[in-house]
Amino acid sequence: MDVNPSVFLKRYDTTLMKDLHFKQLVPEISKSQPVSNLTPASSQASSKESTGFIIGLILRGGVILSATITCIGLLLLALTPGGVTEHRLVTFPHTLNDVWAGLQGLHPQAVIALGLLLLIAIPVITVTTAAIAFALERDRRFTVIALTVLAILITSFLLGKGGA
Amino acid sequence: MAHLSLVILLLIFGGAILAGIIGSLVGLGGGILLVPMLTLAFGLPIHYAIGTSIVAVIATSSGSAAAYVRDRLTNMRVGLFLEVATTIGAVSGAFLTGFLVPQLLFVIFGIVLLISVIPLVFKIGEELPKGVRNDRLANWLHLSGSYPDRHLGREVPYQVTHTPQGLGMMYIAGVLSGLLGIGSGVFKVLAMDTIMRLPLKVSTTTSNFMIGVTAAASAGIYFSRGDIPPLIAAPVALGVLAGAFAGSHLLARLSNKTLRLIFLPIMAIIAVQMVLRGFGLTI
Repeated sequence: MDVNPSVFLKRYDTTLMKDLHFKQLVPEISKSQPVSNLTPASSQASSKESTGFIIGLILRGGVILSATITCIGLLLLALTPGGVTEHRLVTFPHTLNDVWAGLQGLHPQAVIALGLLLLIAIPVITVTTAAIAFALERDRRFTVIALTVLAILITSFLLGKGGA
Repeated sequence: MAHLSLVILLLIFGGAILAGIIGSLVGLGGGILLVPMLTLAFGLPIHYAIGTSIVAVIATSSGSAAAYVRDRLTNMRVGLFLEVATTIGAVSGAFLTGFLVPQLLFVIFGIVLLISVIPLVFKIGEELPKGVRNDRLANWLHLSGSYPDRHLGREVPYQVTHTPQGLGMMYIAGVLSGLLGIGSGVFKVLAMDTIMRLPLKVSTTTSNFMIGVTAAASAGIYFSRGDIPPLIAAPVALGVLAGAFAGSHLLARLSNKTLRLIFLPIMAIIAVQMVLRGFGLTI
């Protein structure tokens, strides 16, 4: 691993913190150094932030899109005669084919299901984006880590065994 | 479900907002609130309630992570790394169902959680962890970082310790969620706060990011099984998203001390809930 001077700097700071009052010391550090020097891999700091920025953007975009579609579905449902019924509670599309077929006829439940499916996909898209971003940064360890998480998620889904 | 109407959907929406706020603050999915609400108050069959609450977990996670990742509160590296253990744990836990007695596990881990409340009581006045130094694994993976604390008005640098133990705890958290079908957010926060000694805001927001990833696979499974009714899941998802959005803006302004005071009773409630479930009482 490449030796980064700021790692030692930071280690030195924390050993000091053991004896000194943390709150008093830290503002001094912040004043004396630019913030980016406080992160250990300062060379990676800017690219790390851009990864965060892109992922933040995807999360926001995904959430807004999913919420909008779900809202449209609910509105369609409210406009449908006899919209909210017990029958609709228990009969709804739950396979991709059903959802797709329902979307063609603009069935409210299918539109909602599309919004929900998008919501469910967001974490998977996030991890995929992280893997790509790490690969572009040539951060091999974290590319492998992100891809491993992705592989486990897919395995888990295919096996039909998951956690809460 | 006696009378399903728009009024009921609105009430569910309101409850979901509350679940979203709490979940986004303390790093949990809000299932503790939603499942009893949907089953007890609205008489929804339990499988629908569980399917819907998994959607709520993802909504809490994505809704708040959108703000937390942007504000650099979430430590994505810590989250992704620990997620390896949690997801493997979840799959292996799901395979263990049928071999282990869930009642006994509920009691055991409920008690473990109750005991874990004690060290947290002593940490009540702690704003930031002191004297934490990166362990070797944390150094190798560049896990340490810093976050801008709106309450303290400055950038807070932090290091990460006991990474292997934290990873082990995350595996156990995953096993429990796969085995018992419970959200593992509280165990995730505990592992990051107590074992790895991350600042509490970083722990809850990183847990928030993680719970969505863990839940994604099972959400897909529940959906294809037909356990996610759109009629119920839609107001829940929208309510939770709105709540998570509000909560994420609130968290930035809270102190870690206040956040701890919110987390502690919620954790105690979950612990008691687990023990009771072990004795056959679902609350």
